[in-house]
Amino acid sequence: MNLSALIRRPETGSLISLIAVILFYVVFGGVDLVKLMGAASWLNLAANLGIVALPLGLLMIAGEIDISIGAMIPAGSMTVAILSGHYGLPIEIGILGALALGLCVGLVNGVIATRTTVPTLIITLGTLMAVQGIILSSAMLLTGNASVSITPPDWAKTALGLMIAGKYQVVIWWWLGLAAIFFWVLHVSPVGNWIYAMGGDQTSARNAGIPTNRLKIALFMLSSTAAAFVGICGAIQFNSAQVSGGMGYIFNAVCSVVVGGVLLTGGFGSIPGIFLGTITFAIVSQGIYFTQIDRNWANLIIGITLLLAVAMNEYFRKLALSAGTRKKGGKA
Amino acid sequence: MTAPILELRGVNKSFGPIDVLFDISLTVRAGEVLCLLGDNGAGKSTLIKILSGVYQPTSGQILMDGQPTSFPNPRAASDKGIATVHQFGGTFPLMSIGRSFFVGVEPARGWGPFKRYDRKTANAVAVKAVRDFGITRIDDGDRLVGGLSGGERQSLAIARAVHFGARVLILDEPTAALGVKQATHVLRIVNEAKRRGLAVVFITHQVMHAMAVGDHFAVLIRGAVAADFKKGEKTREEITDLMAGGASMSSLEAEIEGYMASHGGHPPPPAH
Repeated sequence: MNLSALIRRPETGSLISLIAVILFYVVFGGVDLVKLMGAASWLNLAANLGIVALPLGLLMIAGEIDISIGAMIPAGSMTVAILSGHYGLPIEIGILGALALGLCVGLVNGVIATRTTVPTLIITLGTLMAVQGIILSSAMLLTGNASVSITPPDWAKTALGLMIAGKYQVVIWWWLGLAAIFFWVLHVSPVGNWIYAMGGDQTSARNAGIPTNRLKIALFMLSSTAAAFVGICGAIQFNSAQVSGGMGYIFNAVCSVVVGGVLLTGGFGSIPGIFLGTITFAIVSQGIYFTQIDRNWANLIIGITLLLAVAMNEYFRKLALSAGTRKKGGKA
Repeated sequence: MTAPILELRGVNKSFGPIDVLFDISLTVRAGEVLCLLGDNGAGKSTLIKILSGVYQPTSGQILMDGQPTSFPNPRAASDKGIATVHQFGGTFPLMSIGRSFFVGVEPARGWGPFKRYDRKTANAVAVKAVRDFGITRIDDGDRLVGGLSGGERQSLAIARAVHFGARVLILDEPTAALGVKQATHVLRIVNEAKRRGLAVVFITHQVMHAMAVGDHFAVLIRGAVAADFKKGEKTREEITDLMAGGASMSSLEAEIEGYMASHGGHPPPPAH
């Protein structure tokens, strides 16, 4: 692959960020590279975060955003714990119930987004609050407690909550599998072209015959269902669910997607970029425990990484836009 | 003479109590460029939106190939072969040439849910279509549209419309944002589209550009066709005066000249 083709790719910036972060920890933090790369702490974080970041990234490429994922993660945990833990229903029903709740919330987000001109940041801020309220009040009403325990059967524990070699969560495999599927959708199937077109110019995309409303609703349903799935896995792994938590995912997932080279205004980004952005975020926040650096500095380093990565992505996008014109300029 | 591809008969358009277009009658024939001239606010954009199905006329008729028709939405208009290209090309700056060319009609291989977007075919077809219009600088379908010049983007959009079977090409101020050289580029493309037998509706307020390609001219003033004439029937000055609403432009020129003569060659200070 030649240089001009390489810099056109949205993930080039995130690859450089990742290398820079690792180099920083190795040079200034005295990290053992082999130990860091094999560490379960950041892999587990990246997997849970990544399952949410992938569909969120697609939404952001399509020019929208979904912050209600922050409420959908505890909502997924609580639904499966209330249905299968508190009421003792089969785990299948608990899981299906939680996923169905995710589909419903996504449907609501999507329908409001297509019927009004309210920015999706505001719409999903509203549903974020609403879902939090529903989960807290229904947990108190039905179980009288903000924390519900669940005893999943062995097969569910193996599929969704297993600790491989005692430290690697099984969701790592789910993350890798989903990344492959999302890669197919965005980069191989024709639907990927619709998502880019929608993020680039929605009116032109609709005039070209793309079902933009249906596509938008589907993407919202995908992101809230993925968030519910992460919640389900958490409840099954830890044998309990809490109404709180999940809010950190909003900023972390958006941060991963943006570090991964996705343009906030839509129309640009890639799955390898989002994947690398998630790894970068996870290594920055967990890798600090492997260094001699005081861990209180972690958020400062995350902040600087985010700014540098965004600046670099901006620079690469400019290069990408001018790529190919310069070499012809020589001839003219 | 053949029947015009597209004809408007006595079209009126009002938004509530506000009348925007009065009794518009126009014809566009194959291989002919109709230039729609008019100042800002003359109703040009409303007229385009009626032609491209965004608005429906309040009264009056639209005929295609002599048959009465209607465009309930933009999709219906484009299905009947009416393509609209907007000032900035209506393309997607951060998409590759091949991908943006085929938005909505992606070439694919495989079947069912396993369809794969065929990048090679898309790039090859898109590059060939643009090159056939004389834009030989484009040779890589992976390049991003945003990296092209304004004229090249317009040309890409026109080539796309022609490739997908447009019979009527509506160009909304295609040269307004372009430099002199780029504009010449686009005018050449317009001539090529005309040579291929398309009917072109060219909207502009630059009289020079209109005269370079137009066969037929219509001047719009406050929502009505103020003049409708053929090539060579009017001079540039006459057209400019018409657009500015009568003789105001030449009288303004005379006024400025008079001021400069009496003030030692200095132009009048800008009005505040």
